[in-house]
Amino acid sequence: MIPKPPVLELLKLEVGFPGAPIVKGIDLKIEEGEKVALVGESGCGKSLTAFSILRLLPQAARITGGQVIFDGHDLATLPAHELRRIRGKGIALILQEPMTSLNPVLPIGLQVAENILQHEKLSRRAAKERVIELLDLVGIPNPRERYTMYPHNFSGGMRQRVMIAMAIACNPRLLIADEPTTALDVTIQAQVMDLLEDLCSKLSMAMLLITHDLGAVAQWTDRVAVMYAGRIVETAPIAPFFAGPQHPYSQGLMNSSVDDGWHYSSHRLTEITGNVHSALGERGCAFAPRCPLAAPGCRETPPPLELAGPDWHVACYRRAEAMAPSPVAASH
Amino acid sequence: MSLLATDPNDRPRLRLPKSLRNPLFVLAVIVLLGVLVMAVFAAQIAPYDPLDMVNMPFLWPFADPSSPLGTDQLGRDLFSGIVQGSRATLLVGFSSAVLGLMIGTCVGALAGYFGGWVDIILMRVTEIFQTMPTLLLIIVILAIGNPSIPLIAISIGLAAWPMIARLARAEFLSLREADFVMAARALGYPTGRIILREILPNALPTLIVGASVLVANGILLESAVSFLNLGDPNVVSWGSLIGNGRTQIRSEWYLSALPGVATVLTVLSLNILGDRLTDILNPRSGERS
Amino acid sequence: MSLLDVENLRTAYTVKGKTFYAVDGVSFSVGAKETVGLVGESGCGKSTLGKTVMRLIEPASGKITLDGHDIATLPEAQMRPMRRKLQMVFQDPYASLNPRQTIWQMLETPLKVHGVADPAERRRIIEAMAEKIGFPKASLQRFAHEFSGGQRQRIGIARALILEPELVVCDEAVSALDLSIQAQILNLLVDLKREMGLAFLFISHDLSVVRYISDRVLVMYLGKIVESADHATLWNSPRHPYTRALLSSVPSTDPAKKIGGAISGEISTKIPETGCRFRARCPIAEARCALEAPELKTLPGGNAVACHLA
Ligand SMILES: Nc1ncnc2c1ncn2[C@@H]1O[C@H](COP(=O)(O)OP(=O)(O)O)[C@@H](O)[C@H]1O
Ligand SMILES: Nc1ncnc2c1ncn2[C@@H]1O[C@H](COP(=O)(O)OP(=O)(O)O)[C@@H](O)[C@H]1O
Ligand SMILES: [Mg+2]
Ligand SMILES: [Mg+2]
Repeated sequence: MIPKPPVLELLKLEVGFPGAPIVKGIDLKIEEGEKVALVGESGCGKSLTAFSILRLLPQAARITGGQVIFDGHDLATLPAHELRRIRGKGIALILQEPMTSLNPVLPIGLQVAENILQHEKLSRRAAKERVIELLDLVGIPNPRERYTMYPHNFSGGMRQRVMIAMAIACNPRLLIADEPTTALDVTIQAQVMDLLEDLCSKLSMAMLLITHDLGAVAQWTDRVAVMYAGRIVETAPIAPFFAGPQHPYSQGLMNSSVDDGWHYSSHRLTEITGNVHSALGERGCAFAPRCPLAAPGCRETPPPLELAGPDWHVACYRRAEAMAPSPVAASH
Repeated sequence: MSLLATDPNDRPRLRLPKSLRNPLFVLAVIVLLGVLVMAVFAAQIAPYDPLDMVNMPFLWPFADPSSPLGTDQLGRDLFSGIVQGSRATLLVGFSSAVLGLMIGTCVGALAGYFGGWVDIILMRVTEIFQTMPTLLLIIVILAIGNPSIPLIAISIGLAAWPMIARLARAEFLSLREADFVMAARALGYPTGRIILREILPNALPTLIVGASVLVANGILLESAVSFLNLGDPNVVSWGSLIGNGRTQIRSEWYLSALPGVATVLTVLSLNILGDRLTDILNPRSGERS
Repeated sequence: MSLLDVENLRTAYTVKGKTFYAVDGVSFSVGAKETVGLVGESGCGKSTLGKTVMRLIEPASGKITLDGHDIATLPEAQMRPMRRKLQMVFQDPYASLNPRQTIWQMLETPLKVHGVADPAERRRIIEAMAEKIGFPKASLQRFAHEFSGGQRQRIGIARALILEPELVVCDEAVSALDLSIQAQILNLLVDLKREMGLAFLFISHDLSVVRYISDRVLVMYLGKIVESADHATLWNSPRHPYTRALLSSVPSTDPAKKIGGAISGEISTKIPETGCRFRARCPIAEARCALEAPELKTLPGGNAVACHLA
C-alpha cells in the first residue's frame, strides 16, 4: 500500500517582518486526520506560522522562504484567487479571540451562512438549514432561535462554538486552531476541546492546535511540535513525549508545569532561568543562553532536527547528555 | 542570568517615531519656530515702531526696500507691524491656552476622579460655560473691564476651558480604574498624590494636544476681538492689522491679507503639531510594536 | 484569632440601574503565614472579593477584620496606616505599573508616603528588595515598558512587599505569564513567603497553580463560597459537585489519564432567586436544590461545604 500523502507539509518555512525574521525554517507534516499540537512560549512565532499557511499575515509580515504544500499546491506561491478557494473550504482557521472574530452588527446565523455561500452554490434557504444543523452540531441549544441573535448575546464559550461552526461549515480537511481556549475557563475549555476532538473524528479532519497548555496537548492531540524562538526543537507522538521529552527546553517546560499532587511545601518547581529575549542575536541554538547543558559548540550553528526515535525528532547537540539521568530529569 | 528584555548596557536608542519624519510636521515646526523667534526678537528685527508714520501711505509690498511689505493709510510700516504684532498675538494665544488648560484640568480632574455629585455639579457648570457663545462672553468681559492684553487673554481662557475639562474628565474617568491607580490606592497614597503624580502625567499628553488647539483658537479669537476694534488700541497685533486694513480691502488688500496669511500659517502649524504631539509624548513611541 | 477574618461580606455593582451582588455573603479567614487559594470560573466574583478585602471597592455590608480591627467601614484616612499590612499583586503586569514612572519611583513612593523620611534608608530598603526579587539594581532607573512580562511581575511583587505587609492578595498574579516564567514567579513567591512570613490570599482560575501553592482552598461560584478545605482533602476527596466538575476539567499532562466528562453549561450572570446557584449545571441536583439555598456547613475537621447532597 502506498502511504497517503500528508494533508499539510511545511518545508523550511520562513516568515518575518522586514529586518526581523520570526519563523526561521520550520518543517512540519500533518497526516490525514491527525491532531498536531504546536506549543511554545508567547512570541515564539506560533501564530505567524498558522497565519502564513493561509497567507493571512499581518501587514509588513512576509513569507521569506520555504513551501507550504497542501493538496499538491504550494500555498506560499499560489495565485490569490486560487488560494481563496482553499481558505475556509480546504483549510479553516479558528482564532483565540471569539469576541473580535465575529462581526458585532450581524446576526450570527447570517455570518455562518455567508461563509458557506462563499464556497458552495446553495440557495439561501438551504444554507440556513445547513447553518442550523451546524449550530446544533457544535452544541448550541435552540439553534433555530439563536440563528438571528447577535454576538453580544453569546457568552465567550458560545461564541467560540459559533466560530467552530463557521470553520467546519465547508468540511475542511484541516482545521487550524490558534489558542482556541486560552480565553476560556477550564470547564469551557474541556467542552470546546471535546467538541473539536469529536468533530475531527466525525468529519475526518486533521487539526493543528496551537496552544501553550501542555495539559491540552496531552489530552486532545496525537503529536506535538515544540517551538522555541522560531524553530521547532522537538516533535514526537504524545505518549513517549510526555513520558520523557528529549530536548532540554521541552524538559524544562515539563518540569516547570505543576504536576498532580505537587505542593510547595514538598516540591520546588524547576525553573528555566532567564527568558526568551536572550535568544536575540544568538547565532547557534536559540535556547543555549538558558540551557543547563549548553556547551561552547551549541553557540555556533543552530542544531538540525535529527531522528531520535520512531517518528521522533530532536534538534539538540547535547541530546545524549539531556537523556542521561541528570539532576533536571531526576527531579521529575 | 539575563532576565532583562534588553541588554542593561544598551540604553534605548533615541529614535524619531515615524510620524516625526513627516515633511508636513517638519514644515509646521519650522514655521512655529520662525514665528517664535520673530516674537522674541521683535525689537531687533522690526526696523520701525509699528505705530510710527515712517513712509508714504499705501506703499505696496516690494515697492520700497525700506518698507518691504508696504505701508498702510498712515504710512506705518506693515513689516514692523507683523513682526511686533506677533508678540501680542502669540502672548494672547499661549497665555489663554495655559489658563484654559489649568482651569479645565482642575475641573475635569476633580469631576472624573471623584465622580458622583462632584461630577454632576462641575459638569453642569462646564455645560453652562460651553453653551454660552464664546465671542459674546469675551465681549462682555472686555466691556466690563479695560481692554488690555492680559484681560483679553483671561477672557479667552475663561471661554475656552470647557473643552479641556471634558477631555480631562474622560481621561481621569478611565485612568482611575487602571490597575496602577488601584495599586497606588492599595499602597495608601494620599488622594492628591494619586491625582497629581499617578494619573495626571498619563492624562497630560491628551490634554497638551487639546491645549495646542486652544492656542490656535486663542490666536483666532484675539484676531476677532481686535478686528472688532475691542482690543487694546495701543498694542499692535495681527488681528488689529487685519481690522485696520478692512476699510481698504478692495484696493490695498495686502494690508489685511499679509497678517491674515501669518495668522493662518501659524494656526495651521499649531494644528499639525497638535496632531503629532500624541506620538512625541508617548513614552513607548520609540519601541517596536 | 486569624490575621484576616471576613464575615458575611457583600459587594454590590449597579449596572443600568440594576443592583446585583457580585460577592454575596462570603465568610472566610486567613491565618498568619497561611496561603489561602481562591478558585472559580471567571466572572464568579474573585477579583471583586479581593478588591473589597483591600478596600479598593466599598463593601455593601459585612465585616473585614484585619489584626483585630474592623476595616470594612474605616474612612480612607484611618485606613491608610492599615494598608501597610495589606497589599496586592495584580494580574496584568503591563497595566499595573505606571508607564510614566521609573521602577525606582514606584518603589520609593510607598516608603515616602509611609514615613520613611531618610533617603539613605529608602535606598537601602529598595536595594535590598531588588536583591530579594532577583532584579538587577542597575535597572532600577528604567521604565516598566523596557522589561518583559516576568520582570514586570517581579516589580509588581516588589512594590507590594516593600512595606513589609502581613497579607498579600495575589489576583491572578501568574496567569498572564508563560509557563517557564510562571514557575520562576511561583518559586519566588514561595521563597518570599518563607523569608518574610507572608500570608497570601491567592486568587486564580488556574487550579493546578492554586493546588500547588495553597494551604487551604476556597471554591467560589456566582458570588458564594461553595467549598472550603485544606489542599490535600480538596484534591483527594472534593465534596461539592462543582469542585468535582472543576477538578475533572483540568487536563492532565499524562496522556493516559483522560479527563472525566466535561460538565455542561456555563456560569451565567443571572443569579437564580431561590435555591442553589449551581443547580442548573449540577449533575446530581434534586427538587430541594431549587427551593432552598444550601448554607456553608462546617464539617468535622474544619472544612466546609455548601451542598444539600454532599
Ligand atoms: N511589526 C512587527 N515587526 C517586527 N516584529 C514583530 C512585529 N509584529 C510582531 N512581531 C514579533 O513577531 C512575533 C509574533 O509571534 P506570534 O506568531 O504572534 O507569536 P505566538 O503566537 O507564538 O505568541 C513576536 O515575537 C513579535 O514580537
Ligand atoms: N466595575 C464593575 N461594574 C459592574 N459589574 C462588574 C464590575 N466589575 C465586575 N463586574 C461583574 O461582577 C462579576 C464578578 O466579576 P469579577 O470579580 O471580576 O470576577 P472574577 O475575578 O472571578 O473573574 C462579573 O459578573 C462581572 O461582570
Ligand atoms: Mg499567538
Ligand atoms: Mg478576576
